[in-house]
Amino acid sequence: MYCSSWQFWSSLHKGSSGRCPWLLFPFFTLWLFAPPPSQLSRCDWLCVMTRSDRVVNCSCDWLKSLDLSRVTAFSPAEDRFNMAASLRCFLRTGKNAVSALQRREFHRSLPAAVQVTVRDALNQAMDEELERDERVFLLGEEVAQYDGAYKVSRGLWKKYGDKRIIDTPITEMGFTGIAVGAAMAGLRPICEFMTFNFSMQAIDQVINSAAKTYYMSAGLQSVPIVFRGPNGASAGVAAQHSQCFAAWYGHCPGLKVVSPWNAEDAKGLLKSAIRDDNPVVFLENELMYGVPFEMSEESQSKDFTIPIGKAKVERQGTHVTMVTHSRYVSHCLDAAAVLAKEGIECEVINLRTIRPLDVDCIETSVMKTNHLVTVEGGWPQFGVGAEICARVMEGPAFNYLDAPATRVTGVDIPMPYAKILEDNSLPQIKDIIFSVKKTLNV
Amino acid sequence: MQNMLTIISNALCRITGRNVGAQTVSELLIDLSEYVSLTSPAAPVLAQTERQPPKPPPVSTRAPAAELVSSQTDQLDRPGSRVVVSRSFADFTPQATFDIKKCDVHRLEEGPPVKATLTRDQGLQYYRIMQTVRRMELKADQLYKQKIIRGFCHLYDGQEACAAGIEAAINPSDHLITAYRAHGYTYTRGVAIKEILAELTGRKGGVAKGKGGSMHMYAPHFYGGNGIVGAQVPLGAGIALACQYQGNNQVCVTLYGDGAANQGQLFEAFNMAALWKLPCIFICENNKYGMGTSVERASASTDYYKRGDFIPGLRVDGMDVLCVREATQFAADHCRSGKGPIVMELQTYRYHGHSMSDPGVSYRTREEIQEVRSKSDPISLLKDRMLSNNMAAVEEFKEIDIAIRKEVEEAAQYATSDPEPPLEELCNHIFKNDPPLEVRGTHPWATLKSVS
Repeated sequence: MYCSSWQFWSSLHKGSSGRCPWLLFPFFTLWLFAPPPSQLSRCDWLCVMTRSDRVVNCSCDWLKSLDLSRVTAFSPAEDRFNMAASLRCFLRTGKNAVSALQRREFHRSLPAAVQVTVRDALNQAMDEELERDERVFLLGEEVAQYDGAYKVSRGLWKKYGDKRIIDTPITEMGFTGIAVGAAMAGLRPICEFMTFNFSMQAIDQVINSAAKTYYMSAGLQSVPIVFRGPNGASAGVAAQHSQCFAAWYGHCPGLKVVSPWNAEDAKGLLKSAIRDDNPVVFLENELMYGVPFEMSEESQSKDFTIPIGKAKVERQGTHVTMVTHSRYVSHCLDAAAVLAKEGIECEVINLRTIRPLDVDCIETSVMKTNHLVTVEGGWPQFGVGAEICARVMEGPAFNYLDAPATRVTGVDIPMPYAKILEDNSLPQIKDIIFSVKKTLNV
Repeated sequence: MQNMLTIISNALCRITGRNVGAQTVSELLIDLSEYVSLTSPAAPVLAQTERQPPKPPPVSTRAPAAELVSSQTDQLDRPGSRVVVSRSFADFTPQATFDIKKCDVHRLEEGPPVKATLTRDQGLQYYRIMQTVRRMELKADQLYKQKIIRGFCHLYDGQEACAAGIEAAINPSDHLITAYRAHGYTYTRGVAIKEILAELTGRKGGVAKGKGGSMHMYAPHFYGGNGIVGAQVPLGAGIALACQYQGNNQVCVTLYGDGAANQGQLFEAFNMAALWKLPCIFICENNKYGMGTSVERASASTDYYKRGDFIPGLRVDGMDVLCVREATQFAADHCRSGKGPIVMELQTYRYHGHSMSDPGVSYRTREEIQEVRSKSDPISLLKDRMLSNNMAAVEEFKEIDIAIRKEVEEAAQYATSDPEPPLEELCNHIFKNDPPLEVRGTHPWATLKSVS
């Protein structure tokens, strides 16, 4: 009747109209007739339900429903995205749920975990740090009365007022200098750039006034400041608003550069950055703001911090090491899931910090897997991947490489606008899969 | 004898120094005359000679703008006005009031007062400060020509009244930030001469342990020393924001030059300072030349005190320490009362070129420099005032000069003999309060350690 179970479920989906009915439909009516859904992988489910061949990973408990009223959509595209995200969460453990239902085990003890979007995690981190230390304050464009250009600082102005949450005019060089001066005089500012593209106008203050001062003064003058904002490509914002600055800031001594991926990273690293006595560049990603992730109970504590400078192995593997940061961790995990079906087990390392780079973690992994693929959204020349390759060459892990390391990067062009061009300017999952296979020579 | 040797060595330095082509005999004599005039009592450039019994003072030819008004004996009940001097010069005037030049104002009803009171103590203190800065800068010039100081060296001689006057009007708890011509302010903000000179020579006894150099010296409530033209102005506004945030009634004095006055980030800082009423005194030290470009060639409007537009402004005679003091006092009161920022333009002059690699005569004439030196030198102005009002004796000034020269000489000795920072210090102080980390050296096998 059907060539594959995928086609069955897909046709089922296409025939449905409303949202809720077909959610329940396959599980409760066609058990006896349908090919077991357990043959489908998570990615297949995702493809079915979201009608796309792009997949974004998330981990959450499907039994907890997402509070959609807390999610602010900016466009139909993001709205669909968020809806798809919630469905993904539902489906991610769908296999388990299905088998559970088959076994009729309805009583499962649930972990005390919560679903939080990256945006809310950042908001929580800032809220907690503002409460904890009254020297901390936030300044930037639209952070106060507008609730944040991307709503990351929603509610903070209402809670803390004009003194702690300051709206600035559109003068990056001026307000960045003011933030650095305030840090020199004893406060702990969080300086928000609407995107890091605009930080180029203020980059002199970030590098020459903030990063170098502790060294130039031989320890007399410190600058405890956090520069944060979205970095890298967004959706359809074209060349002047899509640059990735990880390599630019990662080049400079005196700065710490952090690039979180999920909600836990965002919260823990932002808290660490604010508590750090040094200038920290905190590179967020606009496309990740609305993505919910499961946050463990430990990460909900007010003192939860993630140390800067330590990478995390998101997925254990044996055949190849994938090193990545920010949004592309999701891409790598999805590629790893696809490759796992073919018997290739990928180890995915989420860098979390660009500077200082956790070379030890990378080397340990490469010495285990003997293959290295780096994945990033930025341009290839002098990029994060280039640095990782150079470091691996200079260290003990080089002798363990069975093939040259591969970099998967954005295309070396300014970002175009048209969707098809934009999609093909950034690493896609198929590019990652292709590169892994080439590196492994399979 | 020692003075003669110093003179000769200085002359030899100039002969063998870097700028031998650019200096003429007249310039050499000018510098020599500096030394001569300070040590001998009968130099023609000074207006006063011996201590004399009180009599109506003559009008000084060197300070046409400041008419000496009175030299009355102490009428006020200020304690400590009567100074007991170690020698029996008990009949000095303890205090006098001077007419100072009226300041042009912008968006202000009235400016600072046109009369300034100076006590004997204050006068001697200002003299000491200015003379120390002058000697220190000349010593730095000498060391640079001997190639003991390298890189950048922007000298402040001629502008001493600005540093001394500002410091006299603010508290040590107030804040100050300036650009690269910072040695004078580093001294007035409390750093010892030997630490300044040792930083210039790059030794471990320097303020920043030899890691900063001429433009990066720091002290409590003094934020340098900034190399990027104009960058210090938003920083200063940020320091003022911190003062306002912490509610500590302190002000921040933010200095910049006529060259920086055209930078965009200044106007960004002006806007936010006025918007948020930050307690920031923006001071433009207009020494008529931004590097080699005169103000007429660089600025469409040379009324720098008006460039703040919506911010009130004052134009001040920057060669008169009392004028600077009164104006800064006025500005500090303005800021502390919550009225927001204020702009001050100090009209001053630098004798040296922009830096040590600039002879300073390709864009201005030697006659111009000489004219300012003879007519408006800030140290001479103060000294003449005090002498003609019988507030001090020539010998006292001589004593002070000798003491300062000795101090500067000792500091220079320290600066040349102190060892350079050890190589172990190379990577330290990258981060604060961080565990030690490894820093990559010039090649993969050189792993260096960095301690916070």
